[in-house]
Amino acid sequence: MAPLPQSQRPQSTSQPSGKGEVSDLKMQLRQHAGSRAPGTDDSKRELFKKVISYMTVGIDVSSLFSEMVMCSATSDIVLKKMCYLYVGNYAKGNPDLALLTINFLQKDCRDEDPMIRGLALRSLCSLRVANLVEYLVGPLGLGLKDNNSYVRTVAAIGILKLYHISASTCVDADFPSMLKALMLNDPDAQVVANCLTALQEIWSLEAGTSEEASREREALLTKPVIYYFLNRIKEFSEWAQCIVLDLVAKYIPSDSNEIFDIMNLLEDRLQHANGAVVLATSKVFLHLTLSMTDVHQQVYERIKAPLLTLVSSGSQEQSYAVLSHLHLLVMRAPMLFSSDYKHFYCQYNEPSYVKKLKLEMLTAVANESNTYEIVTELCEYAANVDVPIARESIRAVGKIALQQYDVNAIVDRLLLFLEMEKDYVTAETLVLVKDLLRKYPQWSHDCIAVVGNISSKNVQEPKAKAALIWMLGEYSQDMFDAPYILESLIDNWDDEHSAEVRLHLLTAVLKCFFKRPPETQKALGAALAAGLADSHQDVHDRALFYYRLLQYNASVAERVVNPPKQAVSVFADTQSSEIKDRIFDEFNSLSVIYEKPSYMFTDKEHRGPFEFSEELGILSVGVESDDNVSPAQRVEASDNDLLLSTSEKEESRGPSSNGSAYSAPAYDSSAVSVTASQTQLVSTSQNQALPAYTPQASLAIDDLLGLSSPAAPAPTPSPSTLKLNARAVLDPSSFQRKWGQLSVSLSQDCSISPQGTAALTTPQVLLRHMQGHSIHCIASGGQAPIFKFFFYAQKAEELAVFYLVECVINTSSSKAQIKVKSEDQSTSQAFSDMFQSALSRLGMS
Amino acid sequence: MISQIFVLSLRGDNIVFRDYRGDVPKGSAEIFFRKVKFWKEDEEEAPPVFNLDGVNYFHVKVAGLLFVSTTRVNVSPSLVLELLQRIVRVTKDYLGVLNEDSLRKNFVLVYELLDEVIDFGYVQTTSTELLKSYVFNEPIVVDAARLPSLGPAAMFMQGTKKMPGTAVTKSVVANEPGGRKREEIFVDIIEKISVTFSSSGYILTSEIDGTIQMKSYLTGNPEIRLALNEDLSIGRDGRSIYDYSSSAGGGAVILDDCNFHESVHLDSFDIDRTLNLVPPDGEFPVMNYRMTQEFKPPFRINALIEEAGSFRAEVTLKIRADFSSNITANTILVQMPVPSYTNRVSFELEPGAVGNTTDFREANKRIEWGLKKIVGGSEHTLRAKLTFSQEPHANLMKEAGPVSMTFTIPMYNASRLQVKYLQIAKKSKTYNPYRWVRYVTQANSYVARI
Repeated sequence: MAPLPQSQRPQSTSQPSGKGEVSDLKMQLRQHAGSRAPGTDDSKRELFKKVISYMTVGIDVSSLFSEMVMCSATSDIVLKKMCYLYVGNYAKGNPDLALLTINFLQKDCRDEDPMIRGLALRSLCSLRVANLVEYLVGPLGLGLKDNNSYVRTVAAIGILKLYHISASTCVDADFPSMLKALMLNDPDAQVVANCLTALQEIWSLEAGTSEEASREREALLTKPVIYYFLNRIKEFSEWAQCIVLDLVAKYIPSDSNEIFDIMNLLEDRLQHANGAVVLATSKVFLHLTLSMTDVHQQVYERIKAPLLTLVSSGSQEQSYAVLSHLHLLVMRAPMLFSSDYKHFYCQYNEPSYVKKLKLEMLTAVANESNTYEIVTELCEYAANVDVPIARESIRAVGKIALQQYDVNAIVDRLLLFLEMEKDYVTAETLVLVKDLLRKYPQWSHDCIAVVGNISSKNVQEPKAKAALIWMLGEYSQDMFDAPYILESLIDNWDDEHSAEVRLHLLTAVLKCFFKRPPETQKALGAALAAGLADSHQDVHDRALFYYRLLQYNASVAERVVNPPKQAVSVFADTQSSEIKDRIFDEFNSLSVIYEKPSYMFTDKEHRGPFEFSEELGILSVGVESDDNVSPAQRVEASDNDLLLSTSEKEESRGPSSNGSAYSAPAYDSSAVSVTASQTQLVSTSQNQALPAYTPQASLAIDDLLGLSSPAAPAPTPSPSTLKLNARAVLDPSSFQRKWGQLSVSLSQDCSISPQGTAALTTPQVLLRHMQGHSIHCIASGGQAPIFKFFFYAQKAEELAVFYLVECVINTSSSKAQIKVKSEDQSTSQAFSDMFQSALSRLGMS
Repeated sequence: MISQIFVLSLRGDNIVFRDYRGDVPKGSAEIFFRKVKFWKEDEEEAPPVFNLDGVNYFHVKVAGLLFVSTTRVNVSPSLVLELLQRIVRVTKDYLGVLNEDSLRKNFVLVYELLDEVIDFGYVQTTSTELLKSYVFNEPIVVDAARLPSLGPAAMFMQGTKKMPGTAVTKSVVANEPGGRKREEIFVDIIEKISVTFSSSGYILTSEIDGTIQMKSYLTGNPEIRLALNEDLSIGRDGRSIYDYSSSAGGGAVILDDCNFHESVHLDSFDIDRTLNLVPPDGEFPVMNYRMTQEFKPPFRINALIEEAGSFRAEVTLKIRADFSSNITANTILVQMPVPSYTNRVSFELEPGAVGNTTDFREANKRIEWGLKKIVGGSEHTLRAKLTFSQEPHANLMKEAGPVSMTFTIPMYNASRLQVKYLQIAKKSKTYNPYRWVRYVTQANSYVARI
């Protein structure tokens, strides 16, 4: 074949109108149509190639339809294929002409060569012309029974195509049940896979109107069908494996033995080089173990290494897809990844979409042990040439500061940023310092000293300027220059384009006025005047409001504008936990990349396998609904536990065999019901690893739940009227359910005595102490100085009433944060008092 | 399920456009290209996946071409991106060389491939081997010699004469001019190393990402046995993966993790570290691995920036090659950002330096130093005098750097992972195909802070 002539590459130079060329082609095609002379096929090939290349660049060559069909009477397979491609592309627009092709396609469907049969059948079904469906039924029926597997794979998908052209024809011909029979019996795995895909699509679309279809769809998720696919998993191509795994992820096993069987069977899929297979397997593992906290955590540990390998082995694009999933896991259980933080360091040559994900992951995994290194690394990025990333890095440092209890060192670093004298660095840092001060007012002296040195002229970005002005107002008593800086800003009122800044300016100058009236009076007057004349509605209204308020009563104004502030304990998260759980449910889909559940970016009919639960998702968007327990909430609860128990687990865990043993409480390899011989192999090798592993693991869990500690001593008489049941019992799953159901009735901070702090060297100390007060621990974790506990107690006279407590203790600051949930809101305060008094006696005895 | 697959040139021309489902408008290629080209005002690149008006666009960039897929369904992004990469690989297997020219010449063949790879949006097969029986166009081979080298295997074509350079760009279906196929198999151990040095020269992080890549031109698919280091161990269990103390110096090669191609049988891997496989046609990764065990970095970088009078500073860059003198690194490039107020740079190379290039990239305020070759054990120095447009800030170190470096070192591997032998099941006594086992190390992110 000769290279194409230059004229045939219109794409790169000027786009030809194509009219002249097309009619030229028409002539030439006609000349060759009837010819059987030797060499005709070669010249036809060249002509066909031209037609296809015009078609590719978007020139309309549909006017050649009849000539193309006439020329297609050939035995040359390359010609045939080009003709099929052409016909498939234009048949929809030329239904009458498409009829011309039916004849030769039908003839080819009966060809001796299975490949020709397959090709013809595929093209026949691709015509997408409604009035031709009657010609499809016969060949499709034969295709499904063809003795060649290639033809059967084509026929299976062909039926799906028919369904999309005419659903009724497809259903009336009873094709779905034929597909089902083929799916469960065909020796060829690709045929089976195509039947499954076709049926999933057909039944999902039919399910709305047909009860039978929805029953059939449910039947795909039954044990015999799932096990049939699982036992053949290795026969499938990597792509078909993904389809099967997707189905298995929706299956709900009847007991935990089944869960372990499935996981052991699929274990080696995690070593696959194809990221799609590994992620699909991970999804199965994650979803199967949702209700088994400890195993769920093992799954995180198990899939971590393969995912990290995929991130570093594939192309940048593939690595991004996997990293997004790792990001999701890190956000759900940051503590499990706290020792892997170095994997999330940015490389200078990575694209910014990768760096952004990594920065968020670094922020999430920061804890006491790694903060120093992470913040040091982030500070390197702050000087980066890539300005957006430098900004993100500074924000990350700020976020870490906000989530840590000991921020001393970080504040120093932030203040160093201000000395770098780069505009964007200063701007980002100012915003952060403001947020930090809102959470940790105790740092005001250090921060104000540095912030005071910044010339407001060097700060141009509205957000940063607003932050600076807020600090000037809030801390005007400590900043000598504050009234004068504000005054000069007010002088330039008209040059200030951002309404946000002007609003802040109004508030700040009023705050300053209450603290230093004589110095600020003039500036306040000027600001109010400027504000009243402001063209921005909000600025005008605020100025007017302040003005009237001051006229009415200055001390009321002070209470409104400058009340004593409580430190902000937690900044609101941008995404509700419901949304996050929805995304987790849709693991291994675009939802993870976009960080949105599918209903936010796809229309209903394209939501794919997730359409089952969409109503629920819409109902719960953004609303913390406390009265319905969705599976999502259960997930959250178990993940909370997962978080808690991490550090203890690591201590007690022996070396695992490549981290791949899933321990069932009563694991018996002879009872494995998945029949593949490989399974046996896997499970026996697994069993060897088990003896060393299981006892330790279960011991750790017992310990965690406080079961191994000695029986509760006699309860000390409680001074308050509330009586607690000393022998209260609540199993972890009920606790999780209640925790998910109930809303927080009380949230309080209290301090702990120095003796108590000193005594609290391990979580167990408090655990036993509280037990003496009839308050039982269900889970605990953490390392000095931060410990986290979940307690419960039961009301003695009313056994239905439980009190659930989340308690975070910081021994370095001797503070505790307590959240109480209870069925009986009215006694929550009494209980909280009791809890606090018990807590205060820690270390006293 | 996938709606469309198309391939665009970097100018946005459609080279191949295949629609499978008809549910995404035909103009999608143009919409996509415009979106990618004008992603945002700042220099951010478009991510490989994005959603526009309900259509999800996936793309991978390979060899100056954009391979794109669209869908309306919430599919697995990994699946689509893996698939696009696989389509790239299959196309390359058929065309020998993948670039705009070869793709334009063979677009009908690519249509044939796409027809068989996907049916109605569902993947059927991506095996070069299986596809052979369904593809009838013969590839029109373009001359590889004139083309810039592409892809990881192409690195073998430069510099070393030991390798038959044409082989890696040979189509799996095209015959040699003599009509006979040459029986040969290539096993390439390709390692990408990432190292970050602190300003005091300590290694902060290091990682090796390796691939054992195979390309087989053997007829009849004989079984192959590949033996790796016997003391190779995998997984570091509960220990911190950055624990350097235990593994310094010689001893076992410890991989953090690895994965395998599906044709690989691991039955004897746990016992004697051998991999058995029947290699399919075409190029594929037998095994990918990742290692954070300490290793000796091939280059030491020393960088210094000092004030030298008002409005002036001097940068000294020193590179030392810490590997054996019978190994030569090539295509080395050292880059370092300089303060943003630098407006002129003059360079001073060592006397007698050959094959060096120096450049000051004014637009992104970066100096670049290129070296054609570095022989093991040698040391090279560059001095650069910077002239500033303003008084530099107090801390000059914070305004410059870090230094980054790219290089290729053939016949060198940092991990010490080795293919001990490559056994081919013999069909007859005279059957003795060519076997090529090649090693190469490349820099991924090789950075020294100052």
